[in-house]
Amino acid sequence: MTRNTTYALDIALVIAGILVIWQLLHMGAGDVAISSPAATALRAGELLASPGFWPHAAETGLALLYALIIAVLIGLGVGTLLGAHRLSGAVAEPILVALYSLPKITLYPVILLVFGLGLEAKVAFGAIHGVIPVTIFTMNAVKNINPVFLRTSRVLGMGPMQTATHILVPATLPEIVSGLRVGFSLTLLGVIIGELFASHRGMGFLVMRAIGTHDVVTMMAVTLILAVAAVLIASTLLYIDNRLHRRV
Amino acid sequence: MTRLAWIRLAIVFAAFAVLEWLVQSGRISTHTMIPPTAMVTELWALLASGELTGDLVQTLSNVAIACLLSVTVGFATGAGVHAVPRLRRALDPFLTTYYAVPFFVFYPLLVFIFGMNNLPMIAIGFMFAVVAMIINTLNGLDKIPRVYAKVARMHQMGRLATALRVQIPAAMPNLFTGLKLSVAYSFIGVIAAEFILAPGGLGYAISFAYDNFDNETMYALMLFILVLVTAINMTLHSIEQRLLRRQGL
Repeated sequence: MTRNTTYALDIALVIAGILVIWQLLHMGAGDVAISSPAATALRAGELLASPGFWPHAAETGLALLYALIIAVLIGLGVGTLLGAHRLSGAVAEPILVALYSLPKITLYPVILLVFGLGLEAKVAFGAIHGVIPVTIFTMNAVKNINPVFLRTSRVLGMGPMQTATHILVPATLPEIVSGLRVGFSLTLLGVIIGELFASHRGMGFLVMRAIGTHDVVTMMAVTLILAVAAVLIASTLLYIDNRLHRRV
Repeated sequence: MTRLAWIRLAIVFAAFAVLEWLVQSGRISTHTMIPPTAMVTELWALLASGELTGDLVQTLSNVAIACLLSVTVGFATGAGVHAVPRLRRALDPFLTTYYAVPFFVFYPLLVFIFGMNNLPMIAIGFMFAVVAMIINTLNGLDKIPRVYAKVARMHQMGRLATALRVQIPAAMPNLFTGLKLSVAYSFIGVIAAEFILAPGGLGYAISFAYDNFDNETMYALMLFILVLVTAINMTLHSIEQRLLRRQGL
């Protein structure tokens, strides 16, 4: 067997292992607590086929997209400034790390008070989760650009625009994609937590409604759809990330 | 204190001063935000009255249990997986994408299974923290230079002696990063869980205050959590710095 087929087989075995543990948990806890993998997958298929599901998925997707755009724009801007100016970077880094490890959920009431109930609150909550990792990664990427690259661009008489497109972007891209990957995970977490409370639309709301009616299968099916979607997007970003890092 | 630390302190103070001014001058309504000085007075009153003690003890003990469990289980799992390269390679993509799954959605399910007590909160804190410990254990073991293993073999050290006297000290910086993240993630997990649905604890106290439009208590508690978590993180950070310096890094 080649290396790649062994790898694919190993991954399949891990997935099979997860399914077996899930089935065992189902057998131990019963239908009232955990639905079986088969039943959950069936229900997820039903949901995906029903027209009532898609507005909720679109709502979550839209909130995630807006939050990501805000987080990335602010993160790239602030990160570049902090990375370019050494003193501000040194002052800001521990503050950023401290903010990163705070339980931001405690701030959710403030967000609700400021933005009211609805899409804006979810977007804001997602963005404050995602913006810090993007900032930290961008800052380090800009800080660690090889000074020889910048000197070369000056020697070659490149303008600021050319320096940006030919030097800065290619040199920082791998780290920025890493930041985007971490930022994506946290933004999604923020948006979903936002939807768990005080929301009338979205995947988080579907989970909460299913819990309210003790509909375990639906709850787990929505969770499964979310998890699979999240893992697929994260894997794609991971793949791009690895390729960019190998290229440099 | 270094010059950088003074600048940092000044920035934090300035941020609070601006907030104080914005609220005092009426630019932000008191229905949305209360002045930081009012938060401090209210927090002082809460702490002095002993109202908080029960919630505080509950939250801290849940965090401590979740953290202890995730560090021990995470380390053991990491070391075990590291010993089987094939398993490790297959698990890698799952470990890296783990945090993309918003598994707070499992929390209500855990309440349903375990009942309304401390177990679901500890479980969420554990689920959130354990993978960070596994990843950092793997990274730490990866970074041990090959020559260390050779030296251990030359001195005819046994498996246990090699682990205790060579591998663990060499992997210490990463193990400590894992510990630090486990503490932060246990806090996030437990407080978020308390916030969603719980019989008590600091997160619950905040959501209770929010539901009752009790802004003073809510902001006082938020300030308390921010200060508490920042203090713990800074303590761990300074221990880490000392550890790194001792290793000559």
